[in-house]
Amino acid sequence: MRKSIKLGLGAALALSVSSAAVMAENVKIAFIDPLSGGFAATGINGLNQFEFAAETLVNAKGGVLEGDMFEILPFDNKVSPKESLIQLQVAIDQGARYIVQGNSSGVANALTEAIDKHNRRNPDSQVLFLNYSAVDPALTNEKCNFWHFRFDPHADMKMAALTDMLAENQDIKKVYVIGQDYSFGKAVADAAVSMLAEKRPDIEVVGNELHPIGKVKDFTPYARKIVSSGADAVITGNWGADMLGLGKSILENGFEGPIYTYYAAADGITAAFGESGVDSLYLIAEGDDNPPPKAETQEYVQAFKAKYPDGNMSQTRITNVIQMLAQAINEAGTATDVVQVANALEGMTFTDSLWSTAEMRMRPEDHQLIQDIHIYGHQPVEAPYDMDNSGYGLKIQYTVENASADIATTCDMQRP
Amino acid sequence: MDLVLVNLIDGLVTGLLLFMLSAGLTLIFSMMGVLNFAHASFYMLGAYFAYQISIALGFWMGLIFAPLIVGVIGAGVERYGLRRVHQYGHVPELIFTFGLALLIEELVQFIWGRNQMPYQIPDVLNFTAFAISGNSIPAYKVFMIFISIAIFIGLLYVLTKTRVGMIIQAALSYPRTVEALGHNVPLIFMGVFGVGTSLAGVAGVIAGPVLGTFPGMAFVLGSIVFVTIVIGGLGSLWGALVASLLIGWITTFAKSYNIRMEDILNGIGFATPENLDDNMFRDIWAVTSPQIADILPYILMVLILIFRPYGLFGNRDA
Repeated sequence: MRKSIKLGLGAALALSVSSAAVMAENVKIAFIDPLSGGFAATGINGLNQFEFAAETLVNAKGGVLEGDMFEILPFDNKVSPKESLIQLQVAIDQGARYIVQGNSSGVANALTEAIDKHNRRNPDSQVLFLNYSAVDPALTNEKCNFWHFRFDPHADMKMAALTDMLAENQDIKKVYVIGQDYSFGKAVADAAVSMLAEKRPDIEVVGNELHPIGKVKDFTPYARKIVSSGADAVITGNWGADMLGLGKSILENGFEGPIYTYYAAADGITAAFGESGVDSLYLIAEGDDNPPPKAETQEYVQAFKAKYPDGNMSQTRITNVIQMLAQAINEAGTATDVVQVANALEGMTFTDSLWSTAEMRMRPEDHQLIQDIHIYGHQPVEAPYDMDNSGYGLKIQYTVENASADIATTCDMQRP
Repeated sequence: MDLVLVNLIDGLVTGLLLFMLSAGLTLIFSMMGVLNFAHASFYMLGAYFAYQISIALGFWMGLIFAPLIVGVIGAGVERYGLRRVHQYGHVPELIFTFGLALLIEELVQFIWGRNQMPYQIPDVLNFTAFAISGNSIPAYKVFMIFISIAIFIGLLYVLTKTRVGMIIQAALSYPRTVEALGHNVPLIFMGVFGVGTSLAGVAGVIAGPVLGTFPGMAFVLGSIVFVTIVIGGLGSLWGALVASLLIGWITTFAKSYNIRMEDILNGIGFATPENLDDNMFRDIWAVTSPQIADILPYILMVLILIFRPYGLFGNRDA
């Protein structure tokens, strides 16, 4: 009796092992971002875009190599660096070789350091860090490493594009810079002040201010100061509720100039501004116009909105992450030897099928993707290319091609 | 200076909004002896209900019905929740309201999602009432001021001039005696809790369009409301009013003027150290008033607790 059980178990085990061997292996991509708490809306929307891109752009077309499928494993880090490191370990234990993360540069800094250490100590389970949104310049400068790749232009590159535009707009004489009191807010402010001084020395920075992050109930006093300073334009790196509160107050209290932002769209912000933001709100980002000119892109967005009616196609770089990774894996001929995949990614020139017709390049010196950067305006946009199903969305106003392609980097890349 | 006048108006708006929240909380505290941690959550519920109603029936119906619904929910919470917990003492009550606050936040996220809601100012009030040297005062702010003052006068009248108010006041101090006189004290408690939460609801309805309607709105305002009633004196309506206005004006003025710590320290006779970057007190020297504006009320609370523990208008034995 007992023998037969053992035999049965053995047979079952053998069967399960052999069936796994026959099936093509999944390429596991760990998505480590907030899926609960205050920033969950952004995180979940990003996850949806990743899953949709992997499904549509890779798996539906037969996968990579010989039919290996992309699989996105979601991990909730609650935007905490500490939690992220725990989730990173879990992800690696589950066999993920690719880590994607984007929300908060604080988290990205912790992850890139931990991954560098892990890879040096565990050559058998090395992982790559594909950063799709954390824009602290340090990540591709003094803190750069071989395992980190950034697909979003960093804060200084975005500011360079914005100041390029301001340099051509002679109507703006006075600028007010305001942001959240932490590393990113300070980086934006410093970049704005130094780049304006260089490109438009006649522009006066009439205010340079930081406010506590996520604690301000009412932005009216700040708005009053901005209005009475006589500023022609406002620059802010605020995001989330701080962006909405600041923007609404500024507009309500009679400011008429442009407000240049990094993150004033999607996650309810576009809908909440509605009509009031038209011709006032601007946003610096990569991507394409809305509606996108290409028919296949329109189909892609429509299919996404059909699957996630409340979602926003807000981070077009996510498809670049997925497509470039797929291309690199195919070029390297392996999904498990991430050093070879990284070598394929490094210096890769890539023309994505959806958003941009221009070629993008993963700069080998610092692993920063070089691409076009646009200044978008908050404008009426027809569904489904609008944001938050509000009838408003982003329209390109100004474009810097191959933005900051030769921006200096202090990166001293150590290659394995 | 014109900006002073503008700031006075802005501070008044902030203060009166705070008053509507703290008035209910302070009444509930003096009644039950327990801080209602979920109070700001009822404020959030007010905003979300009003948003939902405003989609179908417009802003004004929201202003009428949302506070009523919130008040009924509040009364229900007192009747079927707090009253049962009450017999086990104050700590379980405290924990109950704390849990309720978390529960309401999760429920709101579950139903409406985590995004900002596009809850807008009604079109009739969406214009500039007047402008003071380029700073426009939106009509909606004037409307907020009038609503809050009307509520304050109404509350004061009911509490001090009517029979109901007298019974409430008596029930607050001597519940047993009032009960012995044949009044239904539990009903009064339930009523006060319902009215207090519906006041918070009104605050939510009118603050939602300006301060944003999102799941974190209760958290942002929650702690400052407690500070207000501690400064004003627990259980005092006048204290709540004075403390609210004080906090409104202090934070508004601190944010509007860049008062630097360096100037203050120089003013009272400290010279700026030469190597500020190496100085261990660098952060203190570099502080400006907008950076610390939102913690000034907490500093004020600590000072009040040290020098006048019963608050500005509180009774010594409260």
